This record gives sequence, structure tokens and C-alpha cells, in this order.
Amino acid sequence: MTDMIEPGLWQDVPSPFCGIASDDLTIKVEGNTVTVAENGDEVTKKGFETVITDRSPRINGQEVSLEQAISHIADRLRTSKQPVIGGMATDLNGARAAMAVADKSRATVDNMDSFAGMRNTLVLQDTGWMVTTLTEVRNRVDLLVVVGSDLEAAYPRFYERMIWNEESMFGQEIESRQIVYLGKAPSGDASTSPQGKKAQVLPCDDADLPEVMSVLRALVKGKEIQAEQVGGIAISDLAVLAQQLKDAKYSVVTWSAADLNFDHAEATVQTVCEMVKELNLDTRSSGLPLGGKEGGITVNQVSAWQAGYPMRSNFNRGYPDYDPYLCDTTRMLENKEVDTLVWISSFNIDRTPPLSSATTIVLGRSGMTFDQEPEVFIPVGVPGIDHAGRTFRCDGVVSVPLRKLRDSGLPSTFDVLTAVEQAL
Amino acid sequence: MLTKLTGGRIYDPANSINNEVKDIYIRDGRIVKAPSDGQFDKEIDVRGKVVMAGAIDMHTHIGGGKVNIARTMLPEDHANDVVARTELMRSGCGHAAPSTLTAGYRYAEMGYTAGFEPAILPINARQAHMEMGDTPIIDKGGYVMLGSDDFLLRMMASNGDQEAINNYVAWTMNHSHAIGVKVVNPGGINAFKFNQRKLDLDEKNQFYGITPRDILLRLATAVKELGVPHPLHVHGCNLGVAGNLEMTIDTMEGINGLPMHMTHIQFHSYGTEGDFKFSSGSAQIAEVINKHKNITADVGQILFGQTVTASGDNMRQHAAHPFASPNKWVCMDIECDAGCGVLPFKYKDQSYVNALQWMIGLETFLMVDDPWRVFLTTDHPNGAPFTSYPHLIRLLMDKTFRNDILSTLHPEAQKASHLASLDREYSLYEIAIMTRAGAAKLVGLADRGHLSIGGAADITVYTDDEDREKMFSKPDYVFKDGTMVVKDGEIVEVTWGTTHVVKPEYDNSIEKSLKPYFDKYHTQKMGNFKISDDEIVDDGRGSLTVQPLHAGGKI
Repeated sequence: MTDMIEPGLWQDVPSPFCGIASDDLTIKVEGNTVTVAENGDEVTKKGFETVITDRSPRINGQEVSLEQAISHIADRLRTSKQPVIGGMATDLNGARAAMAVADKSRATVDNMDSFAGMRNTLVLQDTGWMVTTLTEVRNRVDLLVVVGSDLEAAYPRFYERMIWNEESMFGQEIESRQIVYLGKAPSGDASTSPQGKKAQVLPCDDADLPEVMSVLRALVKGKEIQAEQVGGIAISDLAVLAQQLKDAKYSVVTWSAADLNFDHAEATVQTVCEMVKELNLDTRSSGLPLGGKEGGITVNQVSAWQAGYPMRSNFNRGYPDYDPYLCDTTRMLENKEVDTLVWISSFNIDRTPPLSSATTIVLGRSGMTFDQEPEVFIPVGVPGIDHAGRTFRCDGVVSVPLRKLRDSGLPSTFDVLTAVEQAL
Repeated sequence: MLTKLTGGRIYDPANSINNEVKDIYIRDGRIVKAPSDGQFDKEIDVRGKVVMAGAIDMHTHIGGGKVNIARTMLPEDHANDVVARTELMRSGCGHAAPSTLTAGYRYAEMGYTAGFEPAILPINARQAHMEMGDTPIIDKGGYVMLGSDDFLLRMMASNGDQEAINNYVAWTMNHSHAIGVKVVNPGGINAFKFNQRKLDLDEKNQFYGITPRDILLRLATAVKELGVPHPLHVHGCNLGVAGNLEMTIDTMEGINGLPMHMTHIQFHSYGTEGDFKFSSGSAQIAEVINKHKNITADVGQILFGQTVTASGDNMRQHAAHPFASPNKWVCMDIECDAGCGVLPFKYKDQSYVNALQWMIGLETFLMVDDPWRVFLTTDHPNGAPFTSYPHLIRLLMDKTFRNDILSTLHPEAQKASHLASLDREYSLYEIAIMTRAGAAKLVGLADRGHLSIGGAADITVYTDDEDREKMFSKPDYVFKDGTMVVKDGEIVEVTWGTTHVVKPEYDNSIEKSLKPYFDKYHTQKMGNFKISDDEIVDDGRGSLTVQPLHAGGKI
């Protein structure tokens, strides 16, 4: 467990910001000032070190008491015909409370990163997959194939923690691990081995990835390809990769769905997953979808166990309905279908609600600035800094306990939404 | 407040009470003695009604990663069984992979007051408890899965002594908040990661050189020596494979008399006789169970229709993937700790194999003599959803009903089974043993499953009806810890049950090897792996109940 090793100094602190839930951080707390003392990276430093500015809830820009703000939210939800609880960047108990409010107010629920998450969820629901988790990768991977993603930009410590660890449980020579990028080239050197071996890159445009992946899958299946290149990649190079995948004892094919920004990227994720299944007829191979920063996996999990459905569900009819298209918040707001938007964003001050004509209520991290002042703003505490909590990391298996590191007095999303639910 | 349940026909096998008319008094959630002054605050007339302790499902997949994968995968299954919000209850969905909320309500509506998740991966225990924490009314708890975890196999491979293994088992049970230990395809989940595709009882894991038999003996010994009341809970080798019968028998006979629970044994009772090379082994299995008093079993009955199979056994689930219906499936390797596999499945009454599975399950129920050693499960949702229990009870209690259904099934399967010749019909007393007294004893719940003075007031009251399915579907009353939660089959109050655990002692020196193991190989710190009591209690809705260990438990 996260422990205070001397006054104001915490060790083994998990990060709810980074998606891979690194939990070896040392954090220094002086008053309300938080500093990552050890094992920080750009993502976690920003996450932990953003300073508190606002403390008071506001209605139309005027400071009000928390009770007034809560009562105002309840009034809005009570009369709303089409409420949306969006953003959903929160922890376990925040998600529980949000689901309870959604159920009672017949709202739609959606996560700010569903545009990426759905690229995976749709595959899970259509054909399924074979996937693995981070500790398996750390100890077993012999070939890592990165599809269309710049891992280190979004997950700066992925390579340090999962690939270039000092030792594997099974005596594997770590240096022998092979890294191949398909599509985007890495933006830095994190994927370079300790002895300086650079990742191999088979570059292509995002738009060509569907075709490139289809050809790679075909080659894995032993199909003959007439073309000589696809998306600028020589078929002979892809054939080498196909053979590497077949020869590997435990290959891992990873992608960050947020990086696959082309139409119907879910079809490409599906191609990856079906190829992995096919590889497993003879050897072992696993997918590894990376994502789930800032509570994205957590809220999908809670929604699935409480309602049966992941994000992009609604309670309009008094019971859960699931529709990845109709319940897309961005689409609903653009189409002016929403009269009240409750936007939950407790981790990152940059994740503010989309501009819209809906009455907007924000439960946000202190320090947010808005182009358009929301009708209600409540600065809420950050899970794992201002209050205890739990969060899931990208693989959806491991969750970590988050500790309260400072006494800022900011309410948790759970506190606020539970009060709203009771007032409804 | 003192409540009197007047004049019910009591079935309380823990106290050898078989259909005796007695009054029951409830105060502060407990069953209490009749007041000396004869005064009480409230009376409920249950004359002529059948009164039992609340039922206990000792093996039901209600919480944890693979269940939630099943839920996420099956929007089309939920859509046919959505549940609207009411004044009292949250909305949700039912059928194969119900939402936690709906699962709690539906268990209570059937007179169940506890359910135990049988496959809690240590590394995923936090999630299992989150989900069970969102399961209303019923009590819960679970068995922590060991046997394919690299730490144990490393200890065994380096000839770690039994005491060290006991320590590790106790440490894991404590920090994952478990009441029992389960092993799934012993070592097989691990072997699959090394690309082994099957693992027989005496076949070695290619990296560790350890066999399933070694693992079973080590873990069964640990459980016994720690004084954990629930015997080692075993999902054996080669689940679902025609011909696995002999290995199942070898597993039971080879455990050297140690207490062992064989779970969903129906899936492990297959021979290879006949044109289909698939035959019933239930007679041999029942004979071995009858002979070996250290063995208990639950059946894992299959019933026809759509469901989903969710298992820790990714090796066998992967092998079964061509049978997924609809055709989608998930297999996962998990954290050098375990794995899982999720396959939707449709059992068909005109399939020879599925029809025979149905018969094998029922044969097992009817041929195991001692109802204290056989338990009513469908391995929810793997054989069928738990909501089919009233139907299953009728199959056991009503020979005509059973044979009428039998006669409609695949004709070749009928020929391959002697089910039609089995005359046994379970009595209400035997059903009460199986689903209450016996289940509580097996799980290790000292204060549940019976109607003794001082016991928890988990009580179910039924109207006797020859149609046992109807009777067990809709109790007149269900009391949970003394609160009336169901009346006339409908929820009238929503309460939150406790989480049952045991806390076997361990020597903290185990952390001297575990901490560096986590630091070196894992992606989570040992300290963050541990689940605090506060996480179970949460915002005050949950609670922990520590059940007693057997006397003489040692480290």
C-alpha cells in the first residue's frame, strides 16, 4: 500500500493518470503543493502537480455554496428531457454515483474517450479477442508489434516498465526482445533497447493501415499476395514480419485506439485481433489494447456490471439501452439533442466540455478555464490526491487503490453526485 | 423488535428438524429464543407454510473480470431481459450475465440469501469485491484461485516446504479476502502460456516440471493444515473432454483422503463409449464419491438455451472456441497469476452431446447417496443461469416431470442414459440439506444455513405446492438478517449483505520473498495488491464477517 515514509513524503503511489497505473511513484506533499519526487513522467507530473486554484462552486460565474450548487443541479436534472452525463473521468465510487444519478434521471452516459474505447469494445462484442496483461508482457514478450500508435507519447513509461525491465521471470534475455512498428514511427527512443538496438519501423499512413493489416493477416494465414507493396511497405517486408510472428513464442500486438484516427478503425482492430487468434492455432500471441487513461476503463467496467452495458448507454426508457451511435455525446450535442450536460472531469484541467447549446454543469478539476462559463461549476477533488479511490488500468484486470495525499477540502465526485441523487 | 413467525413447517437439517411445526422468533437480525413472557411486537402467520433457512449458492460466477467481460460482450442477450427501475430497485438486466444489481434482487426473490464467487484471481480480487459490493441483499464471498500462479509454481519447483506454501496460501487468502481456495485446471492455465495445449494429471508443466497432481496435493494439504473449513475447491483437468472420467476418478482417489470439493463434476464425467464416442460416466463418478467421504461435489447441471461460459480455464476455453455461439470469444493470460476464457454457448436439446450432458448431471444428483456431499449448481452461468434453479429443483423432486422432458431429447442420447430408470425423487428435507445446511457447512458459514437460536435470521418461507418449480420460484417471504426483503415473491426492501471471509494465520516472513518478487517481476507493488478492509466496507454499505477456522489449524 501507498505509505507515508516521512511527513509529506509518500511512496509506492499509483498514478490514475497514465493508463498503465504505474504505482512506484514517490510523491512529496507540502500543504496543497504536490510534487512527483521519483519515477515521474510528463503525464504523471502534470497529473499530480497541477495546482488548486478554484475552491468555490459557481453558478453562472457567481460563487455559491456547495449545497446551492447541488440543489441547482438536481433541479436541472429533474426538469431535463434529455440529460447526458458525459466526460465520466472519475474513479470507482465517482462512476458508481454517476450511474446512480443516470439511472434516476434517465440520462445517457458516455466517456470522453469513447471515440477510442469503442474501437475496441465493438470488436469485443462482434468477434472477441485474445489479449494479455502488463505483467505477462513484462515477463514473456519476445516480439512486440506496435500497430499505428506512438506508444511513448501517450505512455512514456511503457517501455521502461514492460519491455526493458532488468529481468524476466523465465530467464529470457531481455536484449533479444524485438520491436516492430507498423504505421507511425516512434517519436522518441523509449523503444530502443538498453544496448542501443532500435525498433524496426515499417512506415505507412494511418489511412493505409486497414489494408496493411489485412495483408499482414493474409500472410500469417499463408495466403499468396500478388501485389509487391501495400501502403508503401514492401510485401517482402511484411512477409518477414509474418514469419517473425509465427516464430515468436509469445508475441504481443499492441495498439492505442486513440491513435487510430481513421474511419472505422474498429475494423482494423478486428483484423489485428483475428490475426492474433489465428497465430494461436500454433503458437502463443496476444493483443494488448492500451488506453483507459483518467478512469476510462473504470467507468466502462462499472457501467457494464451495474447496467450490463459499457459506455454509450442510456436510461431514457427507465431501463438500460445501449447504442454506440445514438448515445455518442459528441454527436448528440452537435445535433442539439441534449438539454442538460453534466460533464465529469476530475483528472485533467484541459478536458473541458465541448461547446454546445446545452445547459452545462461541470464537476471538474480545480484550475479549469472555460471558453464558455458553464451554468454550474463545482471544483472537485482528484482521486488519488484529494481523496481515496480505486482505478482500473488499461488491461481492465488490475485495479489499484488510490490514497488521499492532502487535505484540500475539495469534495469528491462521489460526494457531489450522491448528494444530487438524494436531492432528485 | 421481536418478530414471531407462527406455526411454520420447519425444515432445518442442521438441527435434524424435518417438517416439524414450530414458531421462530427474530430480533436484531438473529433467531432468538421464545420470550419468557410470551410478548412479541409483530406476528407473521406462516401456518402450513414450508420454512427453511435462506438458500446458499456455493458456486456462482457473480463477480470479477471474466463475468464483466461476459456482460460487455453480450448486449444482444441483455436486450431480451432488461429490468426497469422501480421506487425500490435500480434498473439493470438479467439472463445469462445479469447486472450485479439485478442478480442480487433475483437471488433474493428466489429465497437465496448468499452466493459465493468461485474463481477470484488474486490479482483481480479487488474487482470481484467491487462487483459483489454492488450486489444487493445477498451475502457473498469467494474462493481465491491458485495453482497456475507463478509464485506457487516457483516455490514448488524449488522444493519449497509445505509450511512456506501454507504461509503463502494464508497470506493470499487474507489479502484477497477469500473464504476458500480454488484450483482451476491445476497448472494448466500456466502451461497454456508456454503453449501446452493439454495437461493430464501426471503431465509436467514444461517450464516448472510440476504436475497437476503435485499442485492438488500441496494445495489440499495447505487448506487442511490452515484449518480452512472449505475444502480445496477443484475444477479438474480436461474439462469437457470425452474420456476425462478416468482422470476425474484418479483425481478423487489420488488426493490421499484430504478434503476436496470437485466442482461442476458433470463436465468431468465423460466416457468415450458408443457411436458418438461420448458417454456418461456418472455411475462410476457417483460410486467413487459415495465411497470416499472426503469428497464433495457440485454438479454444474446444464439446462437448454442460450448462456455464456466464463472460466479461469483459458486452456480449455481456447480449445472449445469453435463451439462459441454466437461466434465470438475471449481468452486472456493474466499477470503471471491466472487467465480466463469467455464463450457464449447455446445448449441444444436435440444435440446428442448437450442432451447427454443434461442427463449426466441429473444422474449424478440421483446416484450420489448423501445429500450433504452433493450440491445444487448450474455453475452459473456456465451450465445455465441461476434463475433456472427452481426448474432444476423440480427435475430432482418430480420423476414424472423429469422423464417427460427426457423423452423429448435427442433419441440416441436417451438410449445412452439410464436416467429414465432412476426412481429417486429428492425430498424437501434433502433439498434443504443441499441448498442450505450442507452448503453452509461446506463453505464454512457457522451462523448461516440453519435456524438455530443465535443464528442469522436468513429465512425463506414457501407455500407448499406440488409444482416445485412454482413453489421455489416465488417464496411468500424472505428474511435477510431479520429484515423482510421479499413478500409474495417481490422485493419489498433492499438491504446489503456481508462478505464472508476466513483469516488463517500466517507468518509475515513470507513478505520477505513476496516483496522483491513483486518489485522485480510484477507491474504492481505488493502493498497495492493487498485489499484493505476499508475497500470492502466502502462507504459503510458493505461489511466483513470473519468465519471461524477449524480447530487445530496451523501455519
